[in-house]
Amino acid sequence: MSATIVAREITADHIAAEQQQLARTWAQPRGLIGFLSDVDPKRIGMRFIVTALVFFALGGVLAGLMRIQLAVPENHFLGPDLYNQVFTMHGTTMMFLFAVPVMEGLGLYFTPLMVGARTMALPRLAAFGYWMFLAGGIFLYVSFFLNIGPDNGWFSYVPLAGPEFAPGKRADTWAQLITFTEVASLVGAIVTIVTVFKFRRPGMTLDRLPVFVWAQLVTSFMIIFAMPAVMVASTALILDRLVGTHFFNQAQGGDPILFQHLFWFFGHPEVYLIFLPAQGLMSTLIQAFSSRPVVGYVGLVVALVATAFMAFGLWVHHMFAVGLPAIGTSFFTAASMMIAIPSGIQIFSWIATIWSGRVRLEPPMLFALGYFVIFILGGMTGLMVASVPLDLQVHDTYFVVAHLHYVLIGGAVFPLFGALYYWFPKFTGRMPGRGLGVASFWLLFAGFNLTFFPMHVLGLHGMPRRVYTYLPDMGWNTLNLAASSGAVLMALAVIVMIVNVIQSLRSGAVAPDNPWHASTLEWATSSPPPPYNFYPEPVIDSRDPLWNDPADLPIVIGVRADRREVLITRLLDAQPDHRYHSPDPSIWPFVTALTTTAMLIGSIFTPWAVVWGSIPPAIALIAWFWPRPSMLNDETHPPENARPELSAATGPP
Amino acid sequence: MRQALDVSALPSFAFGQRSILWWATLGMIAIEGTAFALLIAAYIYLKWRVPHWPPGVAPPDLTWGTLTTAIVLISVIPNALTKRAAEQLDLARTRLWLVVSFLFALAFCVARALEFTALNCWWDSNAYGSIVWTLLGIHTTHFVTDLIDTGVLAAIMFTGRLDANRFVDVSENAFYYYFVIVSWLPIYAVIYLAPRFI
Repeated sequence: MSATIVAREITADHIAAEQQQLARTWAQPRGLIGFLSDVDPKRIGMRFIVTALVFFALGGVLAGLMRIQLAVPENHFLGPDLYNQVFTMHGTTMMFLFAVPVMEGLGLYFTPLMVGARTMALPRLAAFGYWMFLAGGIFLYVSFFLNIGPDNGWFSYVPLAGPEFAPGKRADTWAQLITFTEVASLVGAIVTIVTVFKFRRPGMTLDRLPVFVWAQLVTSFMIIFAMPAVMVASTALILDRLVGTHFFNQAQGGDPILFQHLFWFFGHPEVYLIFLPAQGLMSTLIQAFSSRPVVGYVGLVVALVATAFMAFGLWVHHMFAVGLPAIGTSFFTAASMMIAIPSGIQIFSWIATIWSGRVRLEPPMLFALGYFVIFILGGMTGLMVASVPLDLQVHDTYFVVAHLHYVLIGGAVFPLFGALYYWFPKFTGRMPGRGLGVASFWLLFAGFNLTFFPMHVLGLHGMPRRVYTYLPDMGWNTLNLAASSGAVLMALAVIVMIVNVIQSLRSGAVAPDNPWHASTLEWATSSPPPPYNFYPEPVIDSRDPLWNDPADLPIVIGVRADRREVLITRLLDAQPDHRYHSPDPSIWPFVTALTTTAMLIGSIFTPWAVVWGSIPPAIALIAWFWPRPSMLNDETHPPENARPELSAATGPP
Repeated sequence: MRQALDVSALPSFAFGQRSILWWATLGMIAIEGTAFALLIAAYIYLKWRVPHWPPGVAPPDLTWGTLTTAIVLISVIPNALTKRAAEQLDLARTRLWLVVSFLFALAFCVARALEFTALNCWWDSNAYGSIVWTLLGIHTTHFVTDLIDTGVLAAIMFTGRLDANRFVDVSENAFYYYFVIVSWLPIYAVIYLAPRFI
């Protein structure tokens, strides 16, 4: 039994009937229970994106509070204790609740669309991941308002965060927030990998995968190997604080530096978990708005993979000031500088694409061009702090604050806003406003540089990070005031974006399927896409199907429309392999997330919460897994009858 | 007339690396394997910090730990037979070997409980005790998880709401169990042999 090419009369009526049936089968469940049970990757992805953007706004407000405090010397707007909480909350929010989840959301939304699938793999797991992320974020902010928000910095170093110097629950809040977000990221990574490996439309071989999907795939692998390190670090921290273990207690044979090693073995790859998807966005935007295939596809993919590998050999460059052996730090200096090679490959490929293409300066392209200026400046200071002697001079100063914001905002936030503008028609079916888009870009670009460029100078003049105020005669006044006024422009930029979104949703022009004349498959379906993503589904014949594929390619038929069925293809060549009944909507991922939340929050107060609190999530998981009559595969039961099919099902891959 | 790629004759399930569950399981294995590797790295790191290892206490007694190792090694056989029966869609033998595997896992958990009593240290004695208890504890949670999985799968196999995908589940559970076994061997070496021989 195999897939065969046949000739069929496929009329418009037939297509309309099939689309109606698919719409019924894949319809969103109704009501509150339906909302909580939803397993559509587009809606889960959109929930990730919207929630992450809300946290971005909250993190931005916290940043604004810090800039108000630092605008003038000896300010008393925020006290030292609240300031500690505010900068910790800002960093934690931006890293764990905004940057990683927003990229994950884009990945969940677009990976299935870009590989031409009806849905993603393991959609219930993705739903569970979202609820965990949401619960973690709410938990963090409720704790903050109850005055138990974390206050030890976003990396929560021991011994400052250990039982001796951090009584109370603030450090526990941080450690458990990490658990929430890491669960969300890990399940997202598995979902993405399986979707890319097994859900590609026939013909979409690995070398035809869009660069954005490659970036999501590589990022997912990084999550799998990086997140366990922070899992170990935060668990050991909680154990030290809660049950008296001594992992980080020097007096009992432990070592605080062990925490730093574990944290940064995760923490450096974490930067690339944010940055690599953004690199994928850059390739997407530059290709679409240069109206030509991106130059150096293979080089771009190899650069992504190389960056991911190198990311695991860099962590000690965050620890140069610790006093580690010189031979070790030299290795990490060299490794850190090597990152410039894959980054250079990507940047030169993009420049070549722009150079040889027909550039359209739409707002998404402006954001992509902003990346060049800002990220390259951040990369330059990165080369500087990769060198131990320079790093020792500027460690823990505003120079590092400037560097990391240039890298992360330039390297991730600019491409992200470009991508949100680019995909806005696909999300909503409306075109975004061009004038306000251009205005928001320039406001953000000017505001960003006014805020963060002075920080380089402040750092070189010796202003340390994480101080709540400074004396008037340090010579830092003007530059701090400049930085704070830049923050006002950035806030204005975000307000303009919000106005643009509201206005476009209410009165934007109706978007066609492919308003930007881009080449990837998400533009081959309506805006917004139907719940089943595509029908009809022609096979794929090139890397840029919407630009190159002939209109008469065979279409895939025989995937059932009367149940949520998807076609599973082979890993390398994407040839049809078997059909798979994708899970129906279910409330149990939500219940599992809720009960897991209760267990995790309880564990801050008593270790027994882990023992007894594990029982409700276990029950919820069993209910999640338990077969429902509606999910029974009517083609293969009773199992005795299925034996003839066996030889086909277990034959060579 | 239009060319069409008709996939209706393809099977509606598949085992092994063709199935999506196999890849998802492999992802879990990669995550947990990394966590184990990092815990072992932490053990080695902490060992370097002190002149004597284990610091101030006797190494863990070998009896129970070696018994649990023997149980997991023997349980490879029922696990392999469960996997094979599932992949042949043989309900009777799948039921039988699932129950046998479950009993092995249960015996293991009893021996593991006794193993905790023979470590000769507590988690709050010193950093050595902390890492030993954590290593053994985290491996135990994997085992308990697999015990529950196997029990639930056995219950499903006996209650009869069956289709071929449940056999895929049994096969992937057996695949995961191999990981739980294989990950135990380095942990055994670290907990029991390292304090004696390095």
